[in-house]
Amino acid sequence: MNKPTPAAAPAAFSRDIKTIVNAGLQRRHAAEQRFRWYGLTAISLGLLFVVLMFANIIGKGYPAFWQTYVQVPITFDPAVIDPQGTRDPAALESADYAALVRAGMRRMFPNVEGRTELRALYALASSDATYELQRRVRQNPALIGSSQEIWLLASATVDTLVKGNIDRSLDETERPIKDNQIGWVDKLQAAGKIEKQFNTILFSSGDSREPEQAGIRGALMGSFYTLLITFLLSFPIGVATAVYLEEFAPKNRWTDLIEVNINNLAAVPSIVFGLLGLAVFINFFGLPRSAPLVGGLVLSLMTLPVIIIAGRAALTSVPPSIREAALGMGASKLQMVGHHVLPLAMPGMLTGSIIGMARALGESAPLLMIGMVAFIVDVPKGIMDPATVLPVQIYLWSDLPERAFVERTSAAIMVLLAFMVLMNGLAIILRKRFERRW
Amino acid sequence: MQSFLLLTLILLSVGGYYLGRNRAFAVAGGQIRHLHSLPSFYGSYTALWCGLPALIVFAVWATLQPSVIIDLVVAGMPPELRNLPPDQLNLAINDLKNLVSGNIVSSTPDAAMLDAANRYRNLQLIGNVSLWVVILTLAIAGAAYAWRAISPTLRARNRVEQVVNLLLIISSTVAIFTTLGIVLSVLFESILFFRKVPITEFLFGTQWSPQTALRADQVGSSGAFGSVPLFAGTLLISGIAMVVAVPIGLMAALFLSEYATPKFRAFAKPALEILAGIPTVVYGFFAALTVAPLIREIGAAMGLHVASESALAAGLVMGIMIIPFVSSLSDDVINAVPQSMRDGSYALGATKSETITRVLLPAALPGIVGSILLAVSRAIGETMIVVMAAGLSANLTANPLEAVTTVTVQIVTLLTGDQEFDSPKTLAAFALGLMLFVVTLILNIIALHVVRKYREQYE
Repeated sequence: MNKPTPAAAPAAFSRDIKTIVNAGLQRRHAAEQRFRWYGLTAISLGLLFVVLMFANIIGKGYPAFWQTYVQVPITFDPAVIDPQGTRDPAALESADYAALVRAGMRRMFPNVEGRTELRALYALASSDATYELQRRVRQNPALIGSSQEIWLLASATVDTLVKGNIDRSLDETERPIKDNQIGWVDKLQAAGKIEKQFNTILFSSGDSREPEQAGIRGALMGSFYTLLITFLLSFPIGVATAVYLEEFAPKNRWTDLIEVNINNLAAVPSIVFGLLGLAVFINFFGLPRSAPLVGGLVLSLMTLPVIIIAGRAALTSVPPSIREAALGMGASKLQMVGHHVLPLAMPGMLTGSIIGMARALGESAPLLMIGMVAFIVDVPKGIMDPATVLPVQIYLWSDLPERAFVERTSAAIMVLLAFMVLMNGLAIILRKRFERRW
Repeated sequence: MQSFLLLTLILLSVGGYYLGRNRAFAVAGGQIRHLHSLPSFYGSYTALWCGLPALIVFAVWATLQPSVIIDLVVAGMPPELRNLPPDQLNLAINDLKNLVSGNIVSSTPDAAMLDAANRYRNLQLIGNVSLWVVILTLAIAGAAYAWRAISPTLRARNRVEQVVNLLLIISSTVAIFTTLGIVLSVLFESILFFRKVPITEFLFGTQWSPQTALRADQVGSSGAFGSVPLFAGTLLISGIAMVVAVPIGLMAALFLSEYATPKFRAFAKPALEILAGIPTVVYGFFAALTVAPLIREIGAAMGLHVASESALAAGLVMGIMIIPFVSSLSDDVINAVPQSMRDGSYALGATKSETITRVLLPAALPGIVGSILLAVSRAIGETMIVVMAAGLSANLTANPLEAVTTVTVQIVTLLTGDQEFDSPKTLAAFALGLMLFVVTLILNIIALHVVRKYREQYE
C-alpha cells in the first residue's frame, strides 16, 4: 500500500479523468450522432410507408375514374325492335337490341367476315351496350327508325388496352386481347371513335361480374345502412353508459366489473365479435344473413367501448364547479346532467363517436362472419335486404384476377379513404370549434 | 304492420305528454308554484305510463308470437305430419312459412299443408289484431291512470328520474352482456366441438386439415384438427410484424419525445398516426398486390424460392400497421418518466443517447413491454391482412419465405359460405375463436397490469 501524497493525488486523478473523458468524447459524440440518425431513419421510414401506400393506391386507382366508350353508328331498325309496329312497351322491352349493336359494329368494319372474327369484333363492346339501347328506346320511343352515332360502353379488355395496361409486345396467346382486336381499336382511336369519359357507372351501379359494369353504389348503400344502425344503437347506449358511470354510479364491485368489461371489449379482436354475431344474432335470434341490421348490431357492440371511453373523458373534462352551481340553484342531479353537463360534454362525445364510426366504416373482418361477403348485384333498399359494405367489396374485388378489377379496387379504396378523411376531418373541426379549455 | 303500431304508440305517448302537462296546469289552477314538480315532468310521467308498459308487452309479444303460432299449427296438423322426425318437421314448417308468405315452395303442397297454411294465416291475423287491441288498451289505460293520478302533491319528477336512472343502468350493463355473449357463444360451440374432437388433439396435434367426410371411403376424409401449425403460423407472422414495428416504433417515439423540435413533432406524430387509421383491408390489398410480388421478385433475383403468399409479406405489412400502436403507446410511457431523472443524468455529463439508453429506457422498460404486449395481441387478432396475403395450407415451418396460415384465416375460411352448424368443421372455428379470445385477453390483462403498476411508480 503506497499511498500517494495527499496534495498530488487530486491533480493526478483529475488529469487522468480528463484524458479518459477526452479520449472517449469523440466516440461518444459519434454514438450520439448515430443514435439521432436511427431515430430520424425510423420516423422517415414510417412516413415513407404512408406516402408509398397512398401513392401506390392512387396511382393504381385514378384511371378507374375514367371509362372507355366506343362511338357506334346505330340504326334503330323498326324491323328488329318492333316488327308489329304496335309500340307495345313489353315488346320494346324484350326486343333484340344486341342485334342493333352487332349491326352497328359491322357497319364500322364492313370487311370483317367469318364467325370467330365477327365474335371478336362484337366483343369490343360491353354487354351493357344492349341495355343502354334498351334504356334509350324506353325513354324515347321516337328513336325507332332513326340512325344515330351513340357512345357505347367498351368492354373491360378494350378499356385496359386503351389505358395502356396490356403489353402489346407479348405473344397473342398470352394477352387477353387478340391482334385483330388491337388493330380495330387502333383504327377506332385514330378516327376519334374511342373516348374516355368520366366513370359514372362506378358510382351508380351495384356489383357485377363484368368489370366495366361493376360499381360501388350497392356497397356504399350497404355501408350507409350498417353505419346508420350502428350509430342509432351505439350512440345513445354509449352516452347513457358514460353518463351513468361518470355521474351516477356508486363505487362498488358492480361498476368496477362494468369498467373492466368495457376496457377488455376494446381490446377483443374484431373477428371474435363476428363469431358472436353469427352465434347469437343469426343462429339464436334467427335474423337474416347478410343483412345490414345484423352488421350494424355487431359493429355497434364493437364501437360501444370507443364511444363510452371518449364520452367519459368528455364528461370528466367538465369542471365540477358547473355541477355545483347547478345543484346550488336547486336542480336535481338528472337536471344538472341533462341541462348543463351533457351539453358541455356533447362536442367531445360526438368527436369520439365520429372517430368510432370511421373505424366501424373500415371494419370488415366481423362482417365476413355474418355473410355480408356475398356477391350482391342489387342495391339494398333497407336494413333487411342482403347487402355488402365498402371494405368487404374491396376484399371481394381484390380476389378477382382482371386488371380492370385491380383498378376498380384501388378506386373503391380511394372512395373509402376519402370518407374516412372526411369523418376524421369533421371530428377535428368539431373539436377545434367547440372544445373549451376550463 | 308492426312498425305502424310502434309509430301509433309513439304518437300516443306524445299526446300523453301534452295531456299530462295540461292536466298539471289545470290541477294547479295555473299556479305552477303549487305543484311539486315542473309541469313537463307531469307530462313525461303520463307519457311514460302510456308508452312503457305497452312497449314492454309489445316486445315480449312480438318475439313470442311466431313460435307460439308454429306450435299451435303443428298441434293442429294430422298425426302423420306431426309425428315426423324433428329435421323433417322443420322442413315441413319451412315449407309452410314459404307457403304463407307466398314464396316458392320446394314441393307441391298437399291438402294437409294447405289446411295448415290457412290455419297459420288465421292465427297470424288473430294474433296481430289482438296485439293491436291489447297494446292500444294498455297505452290508453296507462295514460288514463297517470292522468287521474296527477295532483299537486304527486312527486312526478322523482318518478320520472327513477325510470331514467333505470334506463341508464340497463344501458351500462350492455357491456357485460356483450362479454357474456362472446364467452357463452364461443364456449358453447367449443364444447360441442370438443365432444367430437378430443381437446388434447386440438391443442397438441400438428396436423390441420379440417375436412369432414361426406362418404366413408372418401379420399382425404381424415379430418385433422391439430391447431399447433395455426398458432405457429400466427406467431411467425406476428413475430415478423414485431421485428418491423418494435424498432421503428420505439425509435420513432424516442426521437419524437427527446430530439424533435415541437414543430416537427406536431407534424410527424399525426402523420404517423394516419397509419393507424387506414382500414386493414387496404393493408391487405397492399400486401397481396404490391409487397408480395415485390418480395417474390427480389427473392427470385437472389436465387431463393419465395412462396407467392409468403409469411414475410403479410408480416411486413402488418408490422407497418402496428408501428403507430407501438410508437404512441411508448411515447406516453417515455413522457411519463420524470424530467428530474433526465436532468440528473445530464448533470453527470451523459450525452442524450446515453441518457436514453442507460436511464430512460430502463426506467420506462415495464411500460414499453406492456405496450409491446398490446401490439402483439393486436397482431395476433388481426384478420384482413392475413386473409388476403397469407396462405391457406397449414405448414409447420419457421421459414418466413414459405406460406403459412393463421388462426384468423382459418376462422374466416371455415365460416364463410353456407355450412351446416353441427359439423366439426364449423365448430372448429369457434374453438379457434375461443383460443384467440383467451390468448388476447391474457395478453391484454398482463399488459394493462404492467402499465398500471409502472404508472403508479412515478405518480
